[in-house]
Amino acid sequence: MRAVSEPSASAAGPSITNDSVIDARDLRMRYGTVDVLRGVDFTVRCGEVLVMLGPNGAGKTTTIEILEGFRMRSAGDVTVLGSDPATAGEDWRARFGVVLQSWRDHGKWRVHELLHHLGRYYAPYATPDRQRPIPTDELIERVGLTGHERKKISALSGGQRRRLDVAVGLVGRPELLILDEPTAGFDPHARREFHDLIHRLSDLEDTTILLTTHDLDEADKLADRVLILAGGRIVADGSPDALARQVSGQAEVRWSVNGQRHVHATTEATPFVRQLFEQHGDRVTDLEVRRASLEDTYITMVQRHESGDAEQAVAEFTGRTDHRQGGS
Amino acid sequence: MNPKAHAARTGLTRGLIEFRQMLTNASDMSFMLIMPGILLVVLYFQRNSEVEGTPLSLAVLSIPGVLGIMVAYLAMMSPAYSLAAEREDGTLLRMKALPHGMTGYVSGRVLGSVLESLVPMVLLLVPTLLLFDGVMSGGPTGWLLLPPMVLLGLLSSLPIGFIIGSLARNPRTIGGWGFLTTGGLAAISGIFFPIIMLPAWLQVLAQIFPVYWIGLGMRSIFLPDEAAAVEIGESWRTLEMLGVLGVWSIIGLALAPVVLRRMARHESGSAVEARRHEAAQRI
Repeated sequence: MRAVSEPSASAAGPSITNDSVIDARDLRMRYGTVDVLRGVDFTVRCGEVLVMLGPNGAGKTTTIEILEGFRMRSAGDVTVLGSDPATAGEDWRARFGVVLQSWRDHGKWRVHELLHHLGRYYAPYATPDRQRPIPTDELIERVGLTGHERKKISALSGGQRRRLDVAVGLVGRPELLILDEPTAGFDPHARREFHDLIHRLSDLEDTTILLTTHDLDEADKLADRVLILAGGRIVADGSPDALARQVSGQAEVRWSVNGQRHVHATTEATPFVRQLFEQHGDRVTDLEVRRASLEDTYITMVQRHESGDAEQAVAEFTGRTDHRQGGS
Repeated sequence: MNPKAHAARTGLTRGLIEFRQMLTNASDMSFMLIMPGILLVVLYFQRNSEVEGTPLSLAVLSIPGVLGIMVAYLAMMSPAYSLAAEREDGTLLRMKALPHGMTGYVSGRVLGSVLESLVPMVLLLVPTLLLFDGVMSGGPTGWLLLPPMVLLGLLSSLPIGFIIGSLARNPRTIGGWGFLTTGGLAAISGIFFPIIMLPAWLQVLAQIFPVYWIGLGMRSIFLPDEAAAVEIGESWRTLEMLGVLGVWSIIGLALAPVVLRRMARHESGSAVEARRHEAAQRI
């Protein structure tokens, strides 16, 4: 699916034939003399939930804004829903939703009033199989703002305000939803509700979702596929599980014998544990076998990148992920 | 259904909704009342000062000019301030993310600003009719000419307001500079005393801007023809007035969409975020 494995796709122009919703090839962005994106390649397939991870300054927001058509790229080819965001018209905008980090806009408006108003812009784009906009009451219920319809937006709590932001992104019944750090500032409860909402969207409406986050746990829960962006490049691309396995095939075994804690890293967890029991029997307590997590992958990747080992890291990862994705 | 026309109509309901919000908002309305209130007090103290050679009081002679500067000031400040503030708080970006959202935003803003400009004018005009005699010398013809004159005033000033709002870095600059420039223009535009009392170079300066001409046009509608004696050239110069305001309207209408598009193109989440940080540091 990557550019390196399918060189013919970019030569043939927008490759929307294999149901890709977003297609970025050799995307580059330069501000003055600073390269923010240095050749980013990725594809988002229809119905997929893609999570983009990366440290601050890695280029996540820049990438997102280029895809949204809010920022001009320096070089590369980008296709979003079949059009180039740099030249696509207003009609193209009707097909996807953007969840913005709101601050205090429309403070005097009421929840129902604003969603109804913003939804009306999508009315000319309704099709028989895609009713636009989503009826306001249904939308309010879906994001969990029932009971707050008549509230002034300035009177909403932070979590309610973010749910409103999501509702605004959804009002046009988008084929693609783009969210930049949607859960920043959420409490654990709000975060859980948001995750449920994303799962429902992805399952019921077949909405393709691209989101960025700092939260690895969130990426693990939501993502069909994770991209790790560091220093303006994609340093890893694969499902959370696959990435975790790739960075280290090792598992960590922790146990106690006679009150003494032990830790051992091994690639062969099962034989090791069996051996442990053979040796100590029931004296083994607090046994814990932990597989490498997405967090380990992330830390390793970003560290490798920061220590200047990016080229090797990229080669190693993309090589393996290509191999893995060859059959999909 | 043409999506762009549909968005423009949807924008009009946006303008109405925001106007209703303003009318029902106590702090907005008290702000709206301040200017007509102060001006009414000033005019009231002038009610008995007779002006030599006319049967009219200074108050009645000043009212049209005062209405004129209200048209110019409000029609420029309202869109300029709203645009700068709504760019900072993310309203504009939110609209830009919708199909034809900018069309809707602008049509809503135009209607909103027109309505916002008319309210203080009505709030000033109605009490003056009750408090003073002979406010309208033009009779029914005068009342008929008033709406088109106000419309021309708005047309010459609104686009300038949109241009200022697009170029301003933040709403706070608009408050300061806007007040200073309009205050300065008001002082030299012959509202409370005839412009011919000013040195020639100030007269020339004042005649470059629409403020003077809107005031002149208003006076030509409200005041008896004899009052033209204290104007430049002892005439209402109606053709020149139409010409100057027409040129300002054309320049504004030609430039405003270009400037607006340019500004809108640069809006993005990170641009709003940067301004939010900047504003947060100020507070």
